Order: sequence, then C-alpha cells, then structure tokens
Amino acid sequence: MSSAIVLPDVVPTRVRPHARRETLRLLLRSKTFVVGSAIFSWWVFCAFFGFAIAPHDPTGITPSTLVGPSWHHLFGTDTLGEDVFSRVLAGARSILTIAPLATALAIVAGTTLGLLTGYMRGAVDDIVSRMTEALLAIPLIVLAITIVVAIGHSTAAIVIVVGVLFTPLVARTVRAAVLAERELDYVPAARLRGERAPYIMFVEILPNVTGPIIVEATVRLGYAVFTIAGLSFLGLGVQPPTPDWAADISNNYNLLESGTYWWTVLFGALAIASLVIAINLIADGITQVLER
Amino acid sequence: MARFLLKRFALAIITLFMVSVIVFMVAQLLPGNIGRNVLGGFATQQSVNEYNHALGVDRPVYVQYASWISKFVQGNLGSSLEYKVPLWPLLRPSLVNSLELAAVAFVLVVPLSILGGVLAALRRGRVADRVITLTGLSLTAVPEFVSAIILILVFGLLFKVLPVNANAPPGSGFFTHIRYLLLPAMALTMVLFGYIARMARAGTIEALDADYTRTAFLKGIPTRTVIWRHVLRNSLLPTIAVIATQMGYLIGGLVVIEKVFNYNGIGQRIYTAASNKDFTMLESGVLVIAIVYLTAMLIADILYSVLNPRIRHAGAQ
Repeated sequence: MSSAIVLPDVVPTRVRPHARRETLRLLLRSKTFVVGSAIFSWWVFCAFFGFAIAPHDPTGITPSTLVGPSWHHLFGTDTLGEDVFSRVLAGARSILTIAPLATALAIVAGTTLGLLTGYMRGAVDDIVSRMTEALLAIPLIVLAITIVVAIGHSTAAIVIVVGVLFTPLVARTVRAAVLAERELDYVPAARLRGERAPYIMFVEILPNVTGPIIVEATVRLGYAVFTIAGLSFLGLGVQPPTPDWAADISNNYNLLESGTYWWTVLFGALAIASLVIAINLIADGITQVLER
Repeated sequence: MARFLLKRFALAIITLFMVSVIVFMVAQLLPGNIGRNVLGGFATQQSVNEYNHALGVDRPVYVQYASWISKFVQGNLGSSLEYKVPLWPLLRPSLVNSLELAAVAFVLVVPLSILGGVLAALRRGRVADRVITLTGLSLTAVPEFVSAIILILVFGLLFKVLPVNANAPPGSGFFTHIRYLLLPAMALTMVLFGYIARMARAGTIEALDADYTRTAFLKGIPTRTVIWRHVLRNSLLPTIAVIATQMGYLIGGLVVIEKVFNYNGIGQRIYTAASNKDFTMLESGVLVIAIVYLTAMLIADILYSVLNPRIRHAGAQ
C-alpha cells in the first residue's frame, strides 16, 4: 500500500535525468546529428566571432573591385571591392540572429495556441483550424513580402512577420500532439482533482508534448532560415553594408549573365546551403531518436 | 463520390473566402494616402480628396471589401492603381508564363520524386535509402534562390550548356522555350523533390508492410507484379495529395525564382505590386494564385476519389 503511494513520487525524479542522458547518448551516436551539429557550431562561432577573425574589414570598400580569389583575398572581392571571405565569416551573424528569434516567437505563440485549441476544442478550434487552412493557401513568402513592405524591413519587423506567420503551423503540430494526450488518463484525473484548465494545459500536458515541440522547433528553424534568406534576397531584409549572405548574393548575381565573377555568389550560396542542411541533419537526428 | 466532391468544393469556396479576407486585411496594412502617393506632395488637399473619392478608398473598409469581392466574383478584377489600366490584361500573360514554368517543373519533379521515394522504400534501411532520403531532406531545406545560383554556376558558367536567363528570345520555338525554362524548373524541382519523395517512400513502406502484400507474396505472385499491382496502387494515393499541396509552395517559390531568372511571371507581378504599393494588383494577384492553388487541390481530390475505390463506390453502398 505504502509503496504504491511512494512510487509516483520517486520514479519521475529518478527516471528523468537518466532518460535525458540516454537521449543525449543516442543523439551522439547518430551520425547525421553529429555532422549537423559540427557545421552548425562552426556558423554559431562565426556569428559571435566572425567580425573578429575576418582577415579584412567585412564592410571595407576598396578600389580593387571584382578581383578573383587569391592568397590575399581567399574568396576574391565583390562589386564594391569588399573581401568576400570576410563577409562570409561575418555574414553568419545576421541570419543567426533573426532566424532563431523568429523561431522562438513562433514556438512560444504556436505552443500556447496549440494547447488552447487542442485542449479546449469547440468553436475556437474550428475557427483557428479554418484560418490556418486559408493561410496555407496563400504562399507564405507573398504574405511576408506584403507585410514587410508595409511595416518596413527592420530586424524586429522580420522577426515578428516570420514568427507570426509560422505560429499557426507550430500550433497545428502541437494541437495534434495535445489531441492524443488529452485522451490519456492523467488528464481527466487532473480535472477530477479540480485543477483549472491553464494548469492542466501548461503543467500536466505541456511536459508530455515537449518531444514534438523540440522536433518542430528544429524543423521551423530551418524554414525560418529559408524564408528570411528569401526575403533578404528580395531586398527585404538586412541592408548593406551589413554583411548578409542572401543580400550579398542579391547584390552580385546580376553579374553572372556576363559569364564570370562566380566567386561573388558561390561562397555565400554554399554558406546558406551548409547552414540549412546542418539544421536539417540535426532535426533528422532528433526526430529519429525521439520517435524510437 | 459526388457527395465527397461536393463537400470538398464547398470547403474550397469557404477557404477562398477566408483567403480573400486575409489578403484584403493584409493589403490594408500598406500605409499611406493613395491619392497623396499618386498625385505627389504638391497636389492640393482637395484634389487628393477627390482622387480618393473617385477610387472609393475613402469609404469604410468593409464597404470597400464588399465592392471589391462582388466585382471580382463577376470577373471584374478592377484596374491597377499604378498603371491605371485594367488588371486582367496585365495579370493574364504573367499567369500564363508562371503556369508554363510550373508545368515544366511539375513534369520534372513528379516522376523523379516518386521514383526516388519508391526506390528508397524498396531498399529500406540500406545505403540507397539513406542517400535518397538525406539528399531529398537537404535539397528541400536549401532556399530556392541558392539552388538556382548553384545551378546557374554549374550549367550556365562552368559547362555553358543552359542559358542563365529564363526568357527565350521572342519568336523562338517550343523546345527553345523549354530549354530556357529548364534551369528555373530544376531549381524548383530540387526544393520539391524531398517532400514528394518522402511521402512516396512512407506510402510505399506502409503498403509493403500491409497484410494484403504479404498475402500476395505468399500466394506466389512474382515480386514485380506484387509491387506494380498491390503496392504502388495503394502507396501513390497519399503522394497525390502531397503533390497538390506542394502546388501552393510551387507558386510561392516562383516569386523568388522569377526574380533570379528575371522572368515575367505572376510572382514578379506580385512582388512589384507589393513594393510599389499597388494594392489592387496585389489583392487580385494573390487571390488568383489562391484560386489556382485550390483548383489544384480539387483536381487532386477528384483524382484521389477516382483512384480510391473506397470513395469511388461509397455512394453505391
């Protein structure tokens, strides 16, 4: 009798750290996760120290424009005579500031909305679901362009626009997870105990849906980079002279039609590609471990 | 089946209505006094007011919405704020151009990704599966303009086999047209491949694990026949649904791709309209895209119900 009462108290506190260590061990054994993390860490390092380790001033305009790669300029120089190598190193900062912030906003707002609609159901759920479906019928980038044009392309504006547009997508995932959870015995048990709805949603259900939320967060971060880089390429993002991979490509790719100056765009493109691929490898690793 | 399709059609109309509301609300965000923007700072306040009144933008928002949507339903898209000419003659050629590009991309991506997904499923857990899955995953994640730039560098600059620009010289034939559209279509293909292949793979695996497949194998039917007649028929149903939803992305992706290749499509139109605050063009352009997207969804639903006997015969029971 007494052991039956003690068990629920003891088991979670003992099992949790152990389970977490086990998850980490599995993650470190996943090749995709390790490779992804290594590339991602490199770009995070550049986001912090890129300006410091750059061999030239990333925003230093010089008369030697469009010089090909050499020992002095590893990746050559662009139309303004800026050192491409330095700009690639320093360019990690803008995207790795905006994308994670937008993702965080979407995850917080989307999780709240998903918990509400999934747990409460009813009219609110129907309306939000319909709205989400309608939103999905409009290309996201088109909405983003319109709103960014309307409210201006400051960093804060882009974070908010991308964050808000991603919110219903996160909410949909969380809602699906909550729908499965609310059928489990612990939810009616909490209700019968007299717990209020906010307590049940955030204290009882939320810890049990962290898996899907973590997966969603990594996947969303990848899409955030995708969308923000796209906006930036369209000229609706970070403005020159601030180094930014997508904006730098946008400012130089017109030269490609003449059939040369490949170095002005290749390295920025590879940087973006390696960043998003790294994020997706991490997401793939996490998904495989959490869904075992 | 008729009931299923009718229900889908009604849902599409409701979604379309919601889209029109969202688009209209978002367009209202575009700041500024239209009369003042068009007439310039030196115009008198009276002429600005008269201009706004003539356009009807001094009316309450819901009245403006009602008037816009009732005209749209009757096929009158209104006229461009910027060019002062009816919208449809401007939008139509752009839409045709975009649909051409989308069609080329579609023809490339659908067979390729289904083949990739089915192959991955048949080699589940082995090297080929990992390679296809990870390649798809990575390609999907890379922004379309990045894939496009890399494709331009490889095929346009390094090997010099494909034109860097998407606009075929005027008067050129069908195949030249296609050749000019290949690079942008390939960039779109790279983004879409991952999604469709993943779905095809999941569907095929599900069908391979199903009891009817085991039964078919145990009856001694040759592997090839089991795969064609039992597995693929069932596995490709969800894939069709995904292909339809990806049409939405395909058209959205055009905005960026069309800019890279300087191609005059609906994406460019909408982008220019948004930057120039030509909001009549913007609203109608986005709504036209939504109609195209929902039509694609409906076609997928029809295909789905024709291919799926459970829906095809639902009315008879």
